[in-house]
Amino acid sequence: MSAVTDTAFEPALSVKDLTTVFETPGGPVTAVDAVSFDVMPGEVLGLVGESGSGKSVTLRSLMRLVHAPGKVAGTVLWQGRDLLSMRERELRRVRGGKIAIIFQEPTTALNPVLTVRVQIEENLRAHTSLDGRQRRARAIELLDLVGIPAAERRLGDFPHQFSGGMKQRVMIAIALASNPRLLLADEPTTALDVTIQDQILKLILDLRDEFSMSVVFVTHDLGVVAQTCDRMAVMYAGRIVESGSVTEVFSEPHHPYTRGLLGSVPRGGAERTLLTSIEGTPPSLAAIPAGCAFHPRCDFAVERCIERRPALEAIAPGRMVACFRQADVAAEAAAT
Amino acid sequence: MALLSFIARRLLQLIPTLAFILVVIFVLVRLLPGDPASAILGDRARDADVVRINAELGLDQPLPVQFLVFVKNIATGDFGNSIHLKVSVASLIADRLPVTLMLTIMAALIALVLSVPLAFVAATRRGRLADNAIRGSFQVGLSMPVFYVGLILLTVFGAQLHWFPVGGFGNGFFDQLYHLFLPALTLALSLAAILMRNLRAAIIGVVDAEYVDFARAKGLRSRVIMTRHVLRNALISTINLFGLQVGTLLGGAVITETVFAIPGAGRLMIESIYGRDYPVVQGLTLALAVVVSLTFLLTDILQAWLDPRVAQ
Ligand SMILES: Nc1ncnc2c1ncn2[C@@H]1O[C@H](COP(=O)(O)OP(=O)(O)OP(=O)(O)O)[C@@H](O)[C@H]1O
Ligand code: SF4
Ligand SMILES: [Mg+2]
Repeated sequence: MSAVTDTAFEPALSVKDLTTVFETPGGPVTAVDAVSFDVMPGEVLGLVGESGSGKSVTLRSLMRLVHAPGKVAGTVLWQGRDLLSMRERELRRVRGGKIAIIFQEPTTALNPVLTVRVQIEENLRAHTSLDGRQRRARAIELLDLVGIPAAERRLGDFPHQFSGGMKQRVMIAIALASNPRLLLADEPTTALDVTIQDQILKLILDLRDEFSMSVVFVTHDLGVVAQTCDRMAVMYAGRIVESGSVTEVFSEPHHPYTRGLLGSVPRGGAERTLLTSIEGTPPSLAAIPAGCAFHPRCDFAVERCIERRPALEAIAPGRMVACFRQADVAAEAAAT
Repeated sequence: MALLSFIARRLLQLIPTLAFILVVIFVLVRLLPGDPASAILGDRARDADVVRINAELGLDQPLPVQFLVFVKNIATGDFGNSIHLKVSVASLIADRLPVTLMLTIMAALIALVLSVPLAFVAATRRGRLADNAIRGSFQVGLSMPVFYVGLILLTVFGAQLHWFPVGGFGNGFFDQLYHLFLPALTLALSLAAILMRNLRAAIIGVVDAEYVDFARAKGLRSRVIMTRHVLRNALISTINLFGLQVGTLLGGAVITETVFAIPGAGRLMIESIYGRDYPVVQGLTLALAVVVSLTFLLTDILQAWLDPRVAQ
């Protein structure tokens, strides 16, 4: 299935030097720092990293959903056009129609005073030519698709009448409403139990197969990454520190941080496992260590790591790492 | 469904409220300084006459009996007669109350028309020139007493520019609207300032909400986002405040009616209190209290309609 990552294809989304800075009273804070990645048509890219590493801000920045005091720089090419500089009117056609986002928090993402039906149908009204009756039918179909029982009856319900997991499904239904070409999913299955989670993941993969929808999948669950993603990128303190195909990264991590994350995942990676906590805490964005941001927690750290910041460099086709000692890390991983 | 049962429940609550209002009015009127008999007969009345008048008015009965009679009369629409004007209180209220209602409704509408768009502009240009200008001028409006604003408007637009009449009520609906415009504007200004401030803060609280971002992520037009997602949520608290302000608005109507010589319930109330015309005071207070309770009811329903969580 990862044959779709063939380099002959143009990327669906191409992110270059995405940088998001928040002006705070304590000075500017860089939540996303020169992040670059491509997503191919039909590809599922997993974005992993500890809490606060900038995954959600990255997704929001792509869609221009960061508001003051945040500032976004860089380019986000979607079918050759830069989302960050395009006019509001054009952006509107892309948002929700071509690129859809699933927020991390289902409880706050739905408008409390509008029925689920209104919130689904307004998306359809903006991006499809369906008439009223067709929109209603499509809304029922969508709720059904994400596994909401008695979909037709629940159409007139308000968000507070749904449980957390149900709200998450409603949000997924809204995101999928107009058959987006790219889905930005921010931990879309966290509030769901395992059966439903599998069902939603299968739904997303089916849509990928059917419409060659691309997905950027933010998750804490490395099992889910192994199970659903083609490629993965690991974020630390606002930067991507390692990326590559899931198989390669899992079998041979080149960054000590990735290695730490994978530490508890059994070989094969099929088990459902949460990120292991690595010793130490992620740095506060206001005080990112000089040199390699990971050095205070790194077993491999040497003098150089404190003085200079390692650049994200290609070590093989489609394989990037930002670590001075990546070769040693990989060698040690192979030895154990 | 949820809304209908909410309305039903809310209507039921009106019963104890009205009962409470009746008791309070009954007690208050009897606490007014001076007694009706001396109001009718003058201060140098003979004791025998006072006794006779008190008997006629039923004031010699024990209080519980007086209360029952009071409730019975009100239930049958009999509010008694005015001591000075020699007409039934019911007909006086029917005559004067609509004027006041018209004035306050107009004032409320003007306040809404002024405050909603301006709050919107101020909130979306937060901290910029437009915001500061709007907030500054409303602050001035808020700090000036009603009668003073009324006098200024009256002098400028009435006496000097002759755009509007300087007083009175006029004949026919449109002429009346015309006559009431300046008084209603006077009355509206401070309410508009209060609503503006509240709504501006509410909008600012809502525009950055996640669900508004999610609405943006759907690719909706900003007009749809602003009305359906932002304004609707922001208005919930403002509607509530609006309901609470109606009492204040009626109080302001008393002053405005005096400044502009409008024959409304407010002026009648003042005259009746000075004249110790207690049946009129009693009837009017009751009528105004009912108006206020009904407004509460209305704003509660409106709020429940805007916010489905309220009706739960
Ligand atoms: N509006 C804001 N102002 C200032 N800082 C912000 C703002 N929004 C996010 N941040 C900061 O940006 C950093 C990245 O946050 P982000 O939500 O992207 O993390 P995350 O990787 O999604 O974490 P999690 O796994 O907990 O969801 C955090 O340190 C956060 O404090
Ligand atoms: S660059 Fe140095 S500190 Fe950073 S991860 Fe590599 S070895 Fe560790
Ligand atoms: Mg997040």
